Amino acid sequence: MESRNEAWREALRQSMKPKERMAIERVKMNELDGEYRSHSYEEVNQGLTMEQAMVEAKRCLDCPNPSCMTGCPVGINIPAFVKNIERGEILEAAKVLKQTSALPAVCGRVCPQERQCESKCVHVKSGHQAVAIGYLERFAADYERESGNIAVPEVAAPNGIKIGVVGSGPCGLSFAGDMAKLGYDVTVFEALHEIGGVLKYGIPEFRLPNDIVDVEIHNLEKMGVKFMTNTIVGKTISMDDLKEEGYRALFVASGAGLPNFMNIPGENLIGIMSSNEYLTRVNLMGAARTSDSDTPVIQGKRVAVIGGGNTAMDSVRTARRLGAERAMIVYRRSEEEMPARVEEVKHAKEEGVEFMTLHNPIEYIGDERGRVKQMRLQKMRLGEPDASGRRRPEPIEGAVETIDVDEVIVSVGVSPNPLIPNSVEGLNVSRKGTIEVSEEMQSSIPTIFAGGDIVRGGATVILAMGDGRKAAAAMHEKIVKGEI
Amino acid sequence: MNRIVGKEYFSPNVVKLEIEAPLIAKSRRAGHFVIVRTDEHGERMPLTIAGADLQRGTITLVVQKIGVSSTKLCEMNVGDCVHDVVGPLGKATHIEKFGTVVCAGGGVGVAPLLPIIQAMKAAGNRVVSVLAGRSKELIILEDEVRKSSDEVIVMTDDGSYGKKGLVTAGVEEVINREKVDLCVTIGPAIMMKFVAQLTKKYGVPTVASLNTIMVDGTGMCGACRVTVGGKTKFVCVDGPEFDAHEVDFEEMMMRMGAYKPLEAENMEHYKHDHEAH
Repeated sequence: MESRNEAWREALRQSMKPKERMAIERVKMNELDGEYRSHSYEEVNQGLTMEQAMVEAKRCLDCPNPSCMTGCPVGINIPAFVKNIERGEILEAAKVLKQTSALPAVCGRVCPQERQCESKCVHVKSGHQAVAIGYLERFAADYERESGNIAVPEVAAPNGIKIGVVGSGPCGLSFAGDMAKLGYDVTVFEALHEIGGVLKYGIPEFRLPNDIVDVEIHNLEKMGVKFMTNTIVGKTISMDDLKEEGYRALFVASGAGLPNFMNIPGENLIGIMSSNEYLTRVNLMGAARTSDSDTPVIQGKRVAVIGGGNTAMDSVRTARRLGAERAMIVYRRSEEEMPARVEEVKHAKEEGVEFMTLHNPIEYIGDERGRVKQMRLQKMRLGEPDASGRRRPEPIEGAVETIDVDEVIVSVGVSPNPLIPNSVEGLNVSRKGTIEVSEEMQSSIPTIFAGGDIVRGGATVILAMGDGRKAAAAMHEKIVKGEI
Repeated sequence: MNRIVGKEYFSPNVVKLEIEAPLIAKSRRAGHFVIVRTDEHGERMPLTIAGADLQRGTITLVVQKIGVSSTKLCEMNVGDCVHDVVGPLGKATHIEKFGTVVCAGGGVGVAPLLPIIQAMKAAGNRVVSVLAGRSKELIILEDEVRKSSDEVIVMTDDGSYGKKGLVTAGVEEVINREKVDLCVTIGPAIMMKFVAQLTKKYGVPTVASLNTIMVDGTGMCGACRVTVGGKTKFVCVDGPEFDAHEVDFEEMMMRMGAYKPLEAENMEHYKHDHEAH
């Protein structure tokens, strides 16, 4: 089903001239109306129809050297799954996806494909729009789930070797999936009461419904992966306890769980919080979203979200849904430098979010009860490029503006969670607090591997998943060789 | 799921619970806290551990009915299961032989103070405990505290038990008559603020255990942030204990009021629903 030389695939290639394929226009995602969805948690992107997907799949030229694959951190065989869609074998397409990705329905929704696989698509080189690989990935995964015929990947005979995973976010899950396939006895330890990490507490349901994450987790359970919630390695169970219980090696994927603040005057006023706090209250705890949740959340009418990343977009779009009349993105650079996905920015604008670019908060002002009521913004302009290659924002002297706000969400990045680095002796940790690993994701302690944001310090779901896969392959090799 | 195996009322609004949590019972130290969620819709509520029984695999929590979540927990009974208990969280108390340690606890703050009193005593300190409450019924765990203290001073606001006066009067009495090397204080924020003011005046190093609002309790959200020595700290991972002379208690008390209006509203709903049933 994967080989390019199979008869059906050759026949498909013959069935249409590349020129005809190139002439088809890229499919548009079906979306809910912007005004409607700014009050609803329903998923914004509604997915493609079967017909749309099969037409879109025709646009793929089935290149002999598919450059799209070089852009995929987990190395999905993209033409193989796309061509299976073209011939209408959607369940086969889903199987191809699952060979390399533990969470295709998730990746199809949250990966920045426009910067990865799609940016390398041959269409782009000739000035056309890329094949909508992300939409097709999502389509195949959704089709399989909705069909009720979810294929559980083949699992090797159990080898009895116990492996522990710290954290059940995308990195830990992808590692767990690969190790389970190889026959390992895998247990994932999660600090929170829910499995899924950032997929549950961070990414809102209007972008990634929890049900979809749960199906993927359930699939891992069917492969034999065990999950332990409310368990903090290094606190609830020590490294020594794990060794005693016979764990051969550990994979740390504990994420970047420490929110950054800007340390400006007034930042501890009531109503100012990290995006992690805001999104956790709403997404994980159901505050203001489900009628029976005991967790409260402040529902501001004039909400400013500081930052320009995907988390900032998630926060500001959530604020709209919680009733903000004015929901603003405040970002110190221009829209061009924003790290958020183009789609997220577009969706936010359609939902009535204001963009105050080239503005930077310098102070918050509170009322007599300590609640934020105003913020002072320094206007900025772009100077010369900085280390990140983006033009450095510089303050315009004297240009300060005061704006009324009753809630501020600070979304200016995260730092690595210090729990594990602090509780494991002999683990090399960088100045920034990330765990230092080799090319093979191995830490200074040979039996401990690490990946995802605890190594990268704040990246994407798919890079975290790529790390998980890489670590699983490397750990397996070292175990087979008897090195650990 | 963690089963409740023991329950005792200290007063109509203060309950002692023993909850099965063998891993936490084994790994906890004085000063640690847990996050508890009563049911699947419950809030994540931080509670400092008041003790543990290794044989039975249980931890002890002392809970005061304040809002919906604490009331729900107080109304659970032996045999019921708490949906989630996670921990031990935070940094453990720094225990060593300091010399004379005054442990000043107010209200339910005496419960988390007890393991610190025990550990300080075991480390060879002379321990003088000052227990304070509004009235006699609100003085808790006195016998247990006596077992590990060289001396116990009880203070009540109304004079219904021990001496009449605030916790600070008890602490000052000790400072005035002997050299105090360390003071540890746990209780309502306002009480800890006044203890800190007093001991600062006398130059007695003081540690306070803070009980701020939290969500995850692992450093992820920052809801618990406080200003200590001019710097923002997270109570959940940097604390919960800090140098009391450096804590900005005014800001902390202000921040603890963040959800007061919403909590009051929720409590009304909760009472209404319960009376209806």
